[in-house]
Amino acid sequence: MLRIECPCCGPRDHDEFRYGGDASVTRPAHDDPDPEAWYRYVYVRTNPAGLHREFWQHVTGCRQWLVVERDTRNHAIASVDLARKLSARKLPARKSPA
Amino acid sequence: MARYSAFSIFRNALSGQKNWQRAWRAAEPKPSYDVIVIGGGGHGLATAFYLAENHGIRNVAVLEKAYIGGGNVGRNTTVIRSNYLLDGNTQFYEFSMKLWEGMSGALNFNVMFSQRGQLVTAHSADQLDGFSHRANIMRLNGIDADILDRDEVRRLVPYLDFSDTARFPIHGAIFQGRAGTARHDAVAWGYARAADGHGVDIIQNCEVTGFLRDGDRIVGVETTKGRIGAGKVGLSVAGHTSVLGAKAGLELPIESHVLQAFVTEPLKPLVDHVVAYGADHFYVSQSDKGGLVFGGNLDGYNSYAQRGNLGVVREVAEAAIALMPCISRVRLLRHWGGVMDMTPDASPIICPTPIEGLFLNGGWCYGGFKATPASGWCFAHTIATGKPHPLIAAYGLDRFRTGHTLDEAGAGPSAWLQ
Repeated sequence: MLRIECPCCGPRDHDEFRYGGDASVTRPAHDDPDPEAWYRYVYVRTNPAGLHREFWQHVTGCRQWLVVERDTRNHAIASVDLARKLSARKLPARKSPA
Repeated sequence: MARYSAFSIFRNALSGQKNWQRAWRAAEPKPSYDVIVIGGGGHGLATAFYLAENHGIRNVAVLEKAYIGGGNVGRNTTVIRSNYLLDGNTQFYEFSMKLWEGMSGALNFNVMFSQRGQLVTAHSADQLDGFSHRANIMRLNGIDADILDRDEVRRLVPYLDFSDTARFPIHGAIFQGRAGTARHDAVAWGYARAADGHGVDIIQNCEVTGFLRDGDRIVGVETTKGRIGAGKVGLSVAGHTSVLGAKAGLELPIESHVLQAFVTEPLKPLVDHVVAYGADHFYVSQSDKGGLVFGGNLDGYNSYAQRGNLGVVREVAEAAIALMPCISRVRLLRHWGGVMDMTPDASPIICPTPIEGLFLNGGWCYGGFKATPASGWCFAHTIATGKPHPLIAAYGLDRFRTGHTLDEAGAGPSAWLQ
């Protein structure tokens, strides 16, 4: 069994989590008219044999979405972090409404 | 290549069965070939055989990173059926079924194809309506299909749970009498031997590490046994298509997942057919040795490990006992895993690629074994002529871009499990 070190709940069996797939794909801007960008977002996956960044949600625990780096060949987990913490870093600071 | 026959067994008996030839040569790579097929699984070996048999292309090598039959061709649950609903799939899998019916003769190798019949149980009136739709489509395509009511199912497979306490009562089933199983190792060995008989080099322990290019064109491969030139290269490595595709510069709509299979201790004859559970993901047949061979769903996350996790063992066991309470005390002998190429619409990809000289056969999800002969036949045609065989016209890589997905899984085109 995989054991995922949840930042909120500690080490937990992966049966408590729901898998959310590849966390490295980025969604095109909402108004992006380029079908190629949407094709890549929806379908294309790098699918590496090695380190893979992926989403897991702790559904029977704290219900947080996590980003886990796991080796797809032997399931060794290199890092676990809260998805919202990582996405907050990527997003530009929100302007307060005028 | 010496022909196998009753007479050859008798003749070899006179010398104590000690003078049998190798079934295929242990070939070492030549500097170049007309066609290199990467992957010595069922599909790759079948492709090489049909390249030689149907198209007269005999200067062919099959490169296998480990040994013949050690990958998914030897890891599946050996079920063969052609009960597909969607145009494109229906005809392709029925063509495959017809090739299965003549395979042992065509290869001069007994693949132990056993048309014992396959049924899928229905657990509601609506599900049975859906099966009737499927059966009608099959019959319109000249494929045998029958709809059974509850009593008919009970007469055929009385060991299923027909009690009042069944969680999902059986309403009926869809039945295909020509479906069945084959010995999967024999399929790999039979194609290997027959291809070798046509002069194909089967090179084991030869892993492809990169591609040789001349401009945009692929002109050969780098391997652990050195560089090998090729007029054309066919990729037939389902499970690892993304890994080799990336080396060639292909971006693919594929995720690799592990699917487990199981076998129990040997029992006396119990399961005479292939039985699939319509209320969950579970399918079972009984091997000639008596073990119940069964499988279930994917492990559920990207994986290249050829072994699975215990959570799925429990889920599959639960499904097994819900359908067949009589096996609750049977002991599991072994379970193992294979790596599947999962495509977003659960249909395969066989086509020429945007890269000149490179052809792709992959994305078999967990249904590749039954397709082995047709896949080899059509892929050989595609490599030989440069154009997709009409039977695989729906399996192009472009279908995801253009929206022509072939959603046989009924789950809607989606990246897996998200």
